[in-house]
Amino acid sequence: MVQGPHPAPPTPSAPAPAGEAVAPKPAPSPASLAARPDSRARASVTGERTPSLVVGPEEVTGAQSIVRSLEEAGVDVVFGIPGGAILPTYDPLMDSKKLRHILVRHEQGGGHAASGYAHATGRVGVTMATSGPGATNLVTPIADANMDSIPLVAITGQVGASLIGTDAFQEADIVGITLPITKHNFLVTDPDEIPRVIAEAFHIAQTGRPGPVLVDIAKSAMQARTTFSWPQELQLPGYHPVTKPHSKQIREAARLLATAKRPVLYVGGGAIRANASAELRKLVDLSGAPAVTTLMARGALPDSHPQNLGMPGMHGTVPAVAALQKADLVVALGARFDDRVTGTLSSFAPHATIVHADIDPAEIGKNREVDVPIVGDLREVISDLLPELEREHAAKGQPDLGAWWRQIDDWRETYPLGYSEPEDGHLAPQHVIQRLGEISGPDSIYVAGVGQHQMWAAQFIRYEHPKTWLNSGGLGTMGYSIPAAMGAKVGQPDKTVWAIDGDGCFQMTNQELATCTINEIPIKVALINNSSLGMVRQWQTLFYESRYSNTDLHTGRGTQRVPDFVKLADAYGCEGIRVESKSEVDAAIKRAMEIDDRPVVVDFNVSRDAMVWPMVASGVSNDNIQYARGISPAWDRED
Amino acid sequence: MSRHTLSVLVENKPGVLTRVAGLFARRAFNIHSLAVGPTEHEEISRITVVVDVDQNPLEQVTKQLNKLVNVIKIVELDQTSSVQRELLLVKVRADGANRTGVLEVVELFRAKVVDVVPDAVTIEATGTPEKLSALLGALDPYGVREIVKSGTVAVGRGARSITDRALDRAHRSA
Repeated sequence: MVQGPHPAPPTPSAPAPAGEAVAPKPAPSPASLAARPDSRARASVTGERTPSLVVGPEEVTGAQSIVRSLEEAGVDVVFGIPGGAILPTYDPLMDSKKLRHILVRHEQGGGHAASGYAHATGRVGVTMATSGPGATNLVTPIADANMDSIPLVAITGQVGASLIGTDAFQEADIVGITLPITKHNFLVTDPDEIPRVIAEAFHIAQTGRPGPVLVDIAKSAMQARTTFSWPQELQLPGYHPVTKPHSKQIREAARLLATAKRPVLYVGGGAIRANASAELRKLVDLSGAPAVTTLMARGALPDSHPQNLGMPGMHGTVPAVAALQKADLVVALGARFDDRVTGTLSSFAPHATIVHADIDPAEIGKNREVDVPIVGDLREVISDLLPELEREHAAKGQPDLGAWWRQIDDWRETYPLGYSEPEDGHLAPQHVIQRLGEISGPDSIYVAGVGQHQMWAAQFIRYEHPKTWLNSGGLGTMGYSIPAAMGAKVGQPDKTVWAIDGDGCFQMTNQELATCTINEIPIKVALINNSSLGMVRQWQTLFYESRYSNTDLHTGRGTQRVPDFVKLADAYGCEGIRVESKSEVDAAIKRAMEIDDRPVVVDFNVSRDAMVWPMVASGVSNDNIQYARGISPAWDRED
Repeated sequence: MSRHTLSVLVENKPGVLTRVAGLFARRAFNIHSLAVGPTEHEEISRITVVVDVDQNPLEQVTKQLNKLVNVIKIVELDQTSSVQRELLLVKVRADGANRTGVLEVVELFRAKVVDVVPDAVTIEATGTPEKLSALLGALDPYGVREIVKSGTVAVGRGARSITDRALDRAHRSA
């Protein structure tokens, strides 16, 4: 007789029937235990891709069905917090041998942690919360994941089915609330639907353009008896993501790329989501064209690659911005012509023919009119493009891009990324970030918050691998860094994970350091503490006559230091290190690198006057990029 | 701006209309009229949306609608190759003195009277938006007291069924 895996919750409403103890249970067979270390490979499993065991039907509660579904979907970690409406699910969760639940301190932290995990691993991140405020606290991380195409599944408890719509205690219409910020969402009141809906949620989250899916499950469904079986047949008649590109469009793209005089490959975050780095590298090499890697694509192509011009956009490099402006062909690969990249849309890349490849048909033509639209998975798109481009080269010869490269190299030489030492004698934040990247190296994972430090981290760290740069690009969520770094470290425990955070951002989510310490998730935090909401302050300097309305945070050198981040680190059981001068920077980073038994917070006190350059001001053309304050490149000398 | 009629076939599930209507609202597309009802297939509902947009935004509307997981198929029905109708119920002041005139208008537009009281009649009419507005224009002098109008419903001319084809596709790929 086999002991049942998940005893029913000891509540009167969910009595364990006599048959429970003998419920058939395939899980801890020697074979599946042996497969355990490899369970990650099954992350992509939803019914249709698992040829493995057929499970069930098992007699279970709805709550057990949720836990079993997550297990069979290949989940290994759940970030969450229990509460009334999700309580039945937390009982069988306690006994799961496959799911590690990490108790976070705030649901927003749980959501970002799941995102960080997903971004760093490519697997679906999972977060769990209770109804009402638990669920509404997930709104920010869900919206964030939606903007950055992160595969995320959020499981929320809902009040019992009979109470829905009565303004019951902790009731919120989270399906209604998250409608515009999820790829899809579900409300489940029938316990029999639980496995199928969870299978569908994982399928939707990770196929096509990835995104967040919320599954709201009524408490009454968790408490009811049901059967569990796996795999599940998906019922999604309206969901058919296109992955295979159209060959005619591929041929046309190859023809254009082979004949353009001033081509640019505009690489977006889709290259990372599609795991297309290897193919992208081949395309860059074969085409000989310059590539720009957007904020979401840093690391998709190594920064050491001579054809990588760096980041385009508002704080992009002059060569990247200029190349797009002067290009006669822009090949957008998994990018979406975001306003932060294009500046004023009407004057973006004005001379360029546009090839736009994306898995989401709605992105194509959304902002910029497209000459050659390609809908498909980027890895397949580039794989198909390579032989066509070779054929073009064989027929017409390699294109001569010599003049184009001479022009670009001139920009690179004249306008390299750089910064000047602050005049107030405080530490230059750029120096800190640059040294961090150099000392910790390209195999570390860097997770930024939002603001100046994020831009400097995108500019001054050299990324060599995909999934080593995580940030909140689309939504711009201050507070992303600490929980996302925690999630990344859980997903990639052997890698060094640095949260690069600002003093403003850090105060939004630093409670997750408690989660890190208790659960032995030794992230490292480089706090770029300029005692201000730095990016807002920069705009106040530039556009509001240096009137610093509500941007002073009093956390830096020479202030009250409220809070004192070193003391705060200590209170959380972390190592706290303060750095105030340039000479201490390297030693502090090295010391942080040596500590691996607890999180480390390095409080770098930097100048508040440092600004992010280059910059294209909001609402102006990219042609008006400023290399530094008041200095614009002289474009037209070659024209 | 031009007027377009979209037939949107959706899964017959709770909340789907909210998803469609919400998408129009948040992408700032204006809905001129909307009608929703069952089809010959139990699992499919049909939403007819009339929107005022240019060609480019229309393409964006369609693509965004297609991204909704519960949307199975979208077809644009143009005026010439489809039949498009609205239903109008209108309550008009009509007493002994002017009832004859009102009834003449009803006759002229092939509408019908569905309720009569001593000082009013209620008229039911179906037709294109143009016909119904002409009818309202003709009734206006008598004193229109209340109007209720459905959204446009539309169906393509000829033998082909868009629901059949949508269902085939859905079943094949399920």
